Amino acid sequence: MTRLPTLRWSSAEIAFWLIPIAAFFLFPHYLTLGSQVIIAGLFALSLDLILGYARIISLGHAAFFGLGAYTAGLLAKHGYGEPLSGLVLAAVIAAAAGWITSFLIVRGQDLTRLMVTLGIGLMLYETANQWSSLTGGIDGLSGVEMKKIFGVFRFGLDGRTAYVYSLVVLFVVFNAVRLLVRSPFGLSLKGIREGERRMPAIGASVRRKLVAVYTVAAGIAGIAGALLAQTTQFVGIDVFGFQRSAELMIMLVLGGTGYLYGALVGAAVFMLLQDYLANLNPVYWQFWLGLLLVLLVLFARGGLIGGLVALRRRFSKP
Amino acid sequence: MTTVTSFIGVLFDGLAYGSLLFLISIGLSVTMGLMNFINLAHGAFAMLGGYATVIVMSRLGVPFLPALLVAFAISGAAGAVLERILYRRLYRAAHLDQVLFTIGLTFMSIAATTYFFGPGQQPVVLPAFLTGQVHALGMDFGTYRLFLIAMVIVVTIGLVWLVERTRFGAQIRASVDNQQASVGLGINVERVFSVTFALGSALAGLGGALGINVLGLDPTFPLKYMVYFLLVVAVGGAGTIRGPMIAALLLGVFDVAGKYYVPQIGAFVIYAAMVAMLLIFPSGLAGRRT
Amino acid sequence: MTAALRTEALSKSFGEFAANSDINLSFAAGARHALIGPNGAGKTTFINLLTGVLSPSGGEVFLRDERITHLPQHARVKRGMTRTFQINTLFPGLSALESVVLATCEREGRGGVWWRTTSDERSAIEEAHEILSRLRLDRDADTPTRALPYGKQRLLEIALALAARPTVLLLDEPAAGIPAAESAELFQVIAQLPRDVTIVFIEHDMKLVFRFAERITVLVGGTVLTEGTPDEISRDARVREVYLGEAQHG
Repeated sequence: MTRLPTLRWSSAEIAFWLIPIAAFFLFPHYLTLGSQVIIAGLFALSLDLILGYARIISLGHAAFFGLGAYTAGLLAKHGYGEPLSGLVLAAVIAAAAGWITSFLIVRGQDLTRLMVTLGIGLMLYETANQWSSLTGGIDGLSGVEMKKIFGVFRFGLDGRTAYVYSLVVLFVVFNAVRLLVRSPFGLSLKGIREGERRMPAIGASVRRKLVAVYTVAAGIAGIAGALLAQTTQFVGIDVFGFQRSAELMIMLVLGGTGYLYGALVGAAVFMLLQDYLANLNPVYWQFWLGLLLVLLVLFARGGLIGGLVALRRRFSKP
Repeated sequence: MTTVTSFIGVLFDGLAYGSLLFLISIGLSVTMGLMNFINLAHGAFAMLGGYATVIVMSRLGVPFLPALLVAFAISGAAGAVLERILYRRLYRAAHLDQVLFTIGLTFMSIAATTYFFGPGQQPVVLPAFLTGQVHALGMDFGTYRLFLIAMVIVVTIGLVWLVERTRFGAQIRASVDNQQASVGLGINVERVFSVTFALGSALAGLGGALGINVLGLDPTFPLKYMVYFLLVVAVGGAGTIRGPMIAALLLGVFDVAGKYYVPQIGAFVIYAAMVAMLLIFPSGLAGRRT
Repeated sequence: MTAALRTEALSKSFGEFAANSDINLSFAAGARHALIGPNGAGKTTFINLLTGVLSPSGGEVFLRDERITHLPQHARVKRGMTRTFQINTLFPGLSALESVVLATCEREGRGGVWWRTTSDERSAIEEAHEILSRLRLDRDADTPTRALPYGKQRLLEIALALAARPTVLLLDEPAAGIPAAESAELFQVIAQLPRDVTIVFIEHDMKLVFRFAERITVLVGGTVLTEGTPDEISRDARVREVYLGEAQHG
């Protein structure tokens, strides 16, 4: 039975959001890692919009993440360290870039889209690499000095402000996205996913909707990048790297595409695993990551959340 | 005079580089056009060929030319086996799944190679008759690069003959054009897939072995060059021979020229050109629908 | 009086093959017009040209007074012309209600609203319910499309086309694959549509054609063979030959 969605919060959702709040009190020494997980979750959420809902294969989503990071970083480095306005400007610039590139994305087939998104990501990487006078090149952008949030909360070494700041931003953006996917616009995204051919026949311009969702997703990725720059006070050139785009996709698929919560869960599991295993042995980590991907695609395409949904369906049948 | 000389030199190097890219990518083009399968792990087969050559040369003392054949055979066998047990399951899968799957395979191959051979470059010692220069037109041309170009020309002629003149080639062309109809005609499309995949992997392996001196060989090879192989196929047009050939040669020449004349801009121009070309020809130069 | 829908010298070729050649047809407002012809005559191609799925090699299409020959599909729908597909082109994972609501929201221009949930779109939902009950699909509102039996999916095809409140409705073999008893019912629903809607339908079942059509056009080999009332057509020797000849060759 599929009913029209409402905004009601299920108990599982409420329980879910209690976890990061509890973590703040239970793991006070791991808050920096916690911020990283939150930021990765936000980044993965932005990809879920275009991958899970609009079915656009993008290997270059890091482009918008990087643009957001460098925008916020450069602003702060040159004296404009107010966090929230930096966040907003990063979102605007990333969204603008998303809007421009969306016109390249809506043409062509999957391979073309993949190559165009990949190409744009690589172009930005090269630009950041070569324009080292602005970006710091390979060495990265340092000297990112953040002012206090609302003039009160300072970004300290304990990571507490950064954690709460990131969590609040994630929650706000998540709610906006959650509303979006349950709105008529979200329904039309599902329509594109379920029956793209019928959409023009009911009067919907697929192109316009894809441009819109791609722009929004780019903006959100930009916010995530800005958060990274602001909370770590550094921007490395790898924000544009293919590695980041690839890992992002893995996070999302691990958690499950098209659920929104899949992005968050996948990011959390991936980041925590990576923190634990990759430091042990990076070669093993890469191998197991590859194997995980292969197994996921062959046997567990719905990811973690998809598996949970399937389980619940199995147990709710009389 | 020297600008012309250096220009011709750049052109020559570019053509050698491009023909190498073509040799490796042609298998990807046919796979993509035939099975509609996006295979990001294609570079791993090239890498396998390279390492196979290095091993048989250094551990078994096999001379260079036979070692190339070994590369061809081993990559082809690996292709045949992997197609059978893995790739075949995903022909009908969504492109995203194929992308994820082959990225996974790529990561596995890189990690395994690093584990067994270490992260460094693998050197190869060329036989004496392939080193040095050949003097022509008042200029010096690298012997090895000449050999490279010659080999690729031979292989290409062989491929074109296979595709245009043999029955199997006709079966490939039919299956690329219309799979359902081909099955209806009694063509064993499954077998066409297997053999073509194996052949494409074998050619990639040969290219990987031939290219050790030009492209280098280390465990990150598949990722490093993945963009280029995909670029050649996307811009050239999957499912054809002609399209990727033009795209590969163009890419080779532009890449070498770019690094020589405007090194500061580097790879940016290549990617920008690729994006531009894909805008104008969304289905590639040879315009085949994917 | 201006025709509701009109073509001038409309043609479409695929390389050497001429699917449609020089078609001049005009459909009056409120018409119940059937388009018949043997397989491969170019009927679906014609519908595709009218709706913008294909772009013509030559000629023009006019919706009332407006030249729509090169307008994209969705723009033509916004101007009141919708169609159904010969092969079900639905939203398998969406329920029947969701599918029709999607269409009614689009018609109301609410397809871009992201700041309210769909369940708040009262008028769109009401209208969707109304269309579903008109087609006797109201019990199946919450059933996913892919779980609906074929006959009901065919009805959903029509529901989606009706959601746009069309002035011109093109039906491509609406009863395709449906047993005779049910297809008569389906056509009853179509017959009950408002009189000011122009209906053009492709159909192979001659009983249905002669029962519901007021005018018939015969398309053969990409061109118009003849046009007339059902009486005239049934007496036309050439038409009989085309169909008799087809029957002989199977």
